[in-house]
Amino acid sequence: VSSSAAIPHHVEATRKRGLHVPRGLPFVLPYLPFLIVFGIAPTVYALDLAVTDVGGGWVGYDNFVRTFHDFRFGPAFKHVLLYTAVWLAALMLFVVVLALLLHGRASRASSTFRFLYYLPGALAGSAAVLVWLFMLDPTVSPGSFFLHHVLGANIFAQSIAPGNLPYIFAMIAFWTGAGGWIVVMYGALNTIPPDLEEAARIDGASPLQIAVRLKLPLIRKWIAYMLILSFATGTQLFVEPEIVQHASFGLVPDTWSANQLAYQLAFRYADFNAAAAIAVDLLAIGLIGALVIVTRTGLFRTDD
Amino acid sequence: MPVRMLGLGVRLAILLTFAVFFVAPVIWLLLAPTKSDQELITSSPFSFGDFHHVALAWRHLDAFSDHVFRRWIGNTLYYALSATAITLAVSVPAGYGLAIGRFPGRKLILSLTLVVMIMPAAALVLPIFLELDAMHLIGRSLSVILPFAFFPFGVYLAYIYYLTALPPELLDAARVDGAGEWRIWWQILLPIVRPSLAAVAIFTFVTSWNDFLWPSLMLHTPDGLTLPVGLAALQGFFSSDFRAIAAGVTMTVVPILLFFIAAQRYFVRGLAGAVKG
Repeated sequence: VSSSAAIPHHVEATRKRGLHVPRGLPFVLPYLPFLIVFGIAPTVYALDLAVTDVGGGWVGYDNFVRTFHDFRFGPAFKHVLLYTAVWLAALMLFVVVLALLLHGRASRASSTFRFLYYLPGALAGSAAVLVWLFMLDPTVSPGSFFLHHVLGANIFAQSIAPGNLPYIFAMIAFWTGAGGWIVVMYGALNTIPPDLEEAARIDGASPLQIAVRLKLPLIRKWIAYMLILSFATGTQLFVEPEIVQHASFGLVPDTWSANQLAYQLAFRYADFNAAAAIAVDLLAIGLIGALVIVTRTGLFRTDD
Repeated sequence: MPVRMLGLGVRLAILLTFAVFFVAPVIWLLLAPTKSDQELITSSPFSFGDFHHVALAWRHLDAFSDHVFRRWIGNTLYYALSATAITLAVSVPAGYGLAIGRFPGRKLILSLTLVVMIMPAAALVLPIFLELDAMHLIGRSLSVILPFAFFPFGVYLAYIYYLTALPPELLDAARVDGAGEWRIWWQILLPIVRPSLAAVAIFTFVTSWNDFLWPSLMLHTPDGLTLPVGLAALQGFFSSDFRAIAAGVTMTVVPILLFFIAAQRYFVRGLAGAVKG
């Protein structure tokens, strides 16, 4: 499975002499029951639901065709993909740029900024949405000037017009989550040996060249990890539209996102097979995204 | 020199702009309960009202349904702390084992972890509900704690952290010296990676604290709810009372803010510092 050729010979020898248990395995064992009970088994069950009917009989891809032709399917996936694209672009650009800008600043100023950026992370989920409902309400928002002149919104309902929602949700997600990633990226940047940077500087590289040519490639794994996770959680958008739907007096449908549609199908129409089919669609989209990112960045390799 | 000054100015301007974007809504939120409804609309968004209004908003909130709000705080704290403890004990060693491991199935476990991490919650809801039901846990605190404690994100975080932060020479040297794997882990690695533990702890705690889906499905008595679920319910009940909602949101945020400030030494600064040292 792993490339033992890359292991130095003396280590290989030590391993063969001293160890009976495969290296690393005992540490992983306590995690396995959790992985199986709350991860693998439910996933297998959901896959099974997606290709069967209420009675458990095999129906092939019938559930997929059925949900695909549902009039809510197209808009829900379009919303979610647009939202995810905007959010990922913002994350990739701003998180990396801000982490690079913070790295190499005086450490006290840098740590203050990182803390401030991370602060909204305390408000993830429903609390963040409630705060942004206030922020988007021109009557109380500190940014009413911005709402008025940029979005042209004078009342709350105009701020949360359906066309704005993918961008608004992307902004909320960025607001709550970017700081955590900036901290993580900053930590990753610090694993770069200072001598390497010093050598580049002596060779006459500008700070910008050092950032782009030296630092960026070295935090590739972290960027990949951030993108995979964000891509997957992005397509699963649920809480935000759910709460906005409650606050919008019927303006926003309760099947705005794909995950909401699955949830409604399961718990309002008791059609778990259709819900599972949509979940599998989302999984497939997430997997394709993850696969592209993993293979292009070598995320699973242990020796580089 | 002028070019350098300009560069510094642009850099600072970008950093400050983002600081305003991230912090302004938080400050607004903390100030909102200090104002009357009238002041909330007419006065400057970042002015301070007075503590009298905070007390009023809190009393209004607290009086709701026989102090149920206090029980929600206690519940949320209990669920989130238990889940964090289990995650730390399970995920961080697992991430380490996967990072240094040379055993068959390592890549399979990594891949499956990634797959279940991106599996939509809507798909897992029913199967996990049925599993917990078979274990007679529905409605009990474990029905929330156990799903929270399964935190593949933490496994991956620890995995990548060990992969990038550990000098392989250090491990090899320790092995050549005859140290066992557990001793290497306990005496050499744990001190180095304490900040990564802090990161996993913060992420688990915050995720569990804020989670909406599981508690809303698993817990059925008003007494057993968590803050986010209770708050969403209150939003309907207090829809005309901005301040009570803002006070409620503040109450869910303050513990996390305190937790952040307490942990920031290990996390925001430490994650960076310890890797370097």
